[in-house]
Amino acid sequence: MLGAFTFPPIDELFVWKDVLFKGTPFALNKTGILVLASSAILVFLFIKGSRKMQLVPRGLQNIVEMSYEFVDRGITKDIMGPAAGGWTPFLGTLFFFILFLNIWEIIPGIQFPPTSRMAIPFYLALQSYVIMLAVGFKNQGFRYVTHHIFPPGVPKALYILVTPIEIVSVFLVRPFSLAVRLLANMMAGHILLTAMALLTAYALTNAPPIAIGPFLLGIAVTGFEVLVAVLQAYIFTLLTAVFVAEGMEPLEHH
Amino acid sequence: MSLLLHLAAQNPGELQKGLSSIGAGIAYGAAAIGPGIGIGYVVGSAITAMARQPEMQGPVRTTMFLGIAFTEALALFGFVLFFLAKG
Repeated sequence: MLGAFTFPPIDELFVWKDVLFKGTPFALNKTGILVLASSAILVFLFIKGSRKMQLVPRGLQNIVEMSYEFVDRGITKDIMGPAAGGWTPFLGTLFFFILFLNIWEIIPGIQFPPTSRMAIPFYLALQSYVIMLAVGFKNQGFRYVTHHIFPPGVPKALYILVTPIEIVSVFLVRPFSLAVRLLANMMAGHILLTAMALLTAYALTNAPPIAIGPFLLGIAVTGFEVLVAVLQAYIFTLLTAVFVAEGMEPLEHH
Repeated sequence: MSLLLHLAAQNPGELQKGLSSIGAGIAYGAAAIGPGIGIGYVVGSAITAMARQPEMQGPVRTTMFLGIAFTEALALFGFVLFFLAKG
């Protein structure tokens, strides 16, 4: 009975046709429009919330201040130290941009996270990677690299083994895993939600009483995806903060 | 089994597709074992730490998420590999 059910090929779930400016290099598909929309909403909310600042915050200003403080306390000062408050605008933008991108996954009618296309996580990871290297080189010079690939306190003979591993894990796998973590999580969530929706639709036409199973499961998965969307934005920002913080303190000589 | 092989011999393209699907499934399954155990250890130890010192809950939770993120990466590489291998 269920043998006739076929899952559509993966490309059908993630590759969208161009909608605006067809044929030009600026052609936009659903992914691009959602990215632009998220940044517009983000800018609008935060500017509107902080335009008329009052001593006793109300309404939107309250939410905006709480969001800023969450990133400031929970990520910046926790990871980079109490004096690093200047990093909050960057990390806060990163956190809320990724969160707004991820949350499209569960908005009815849209239900597609732009972060499940490699271009966006890859760009964000590349940006974090460049900032991490720039901060490291600025504060520690070339010792930033040597400190990583020749970690102190390791017996000299072990460097044959340790150095290649460290080069790969710090300078190659780090940006890659940052991008893939976000991509794979959102991709898996999207596929899971699609599977539940398609199973419900299939069961409704063939054996209606069974449809309640995938339908309820789909609702549960939607709730779980809210958690994943927030958590992945948090983890991406947290890891960026950790990587940047590594290069912030000048190294003591030994 | 022999019937399957007989069918496969008739259209070799199908055999390759089927085998690569099986390989992709095994690859992801194997890639999920280690991180599964690893995340279990990370969260378990974090709970122990939080129960012993509730006042350290904030830092422990942050570090726990970091540990989960690093461990989880391996499973996600497997997930990506699944799509690459399935072809």
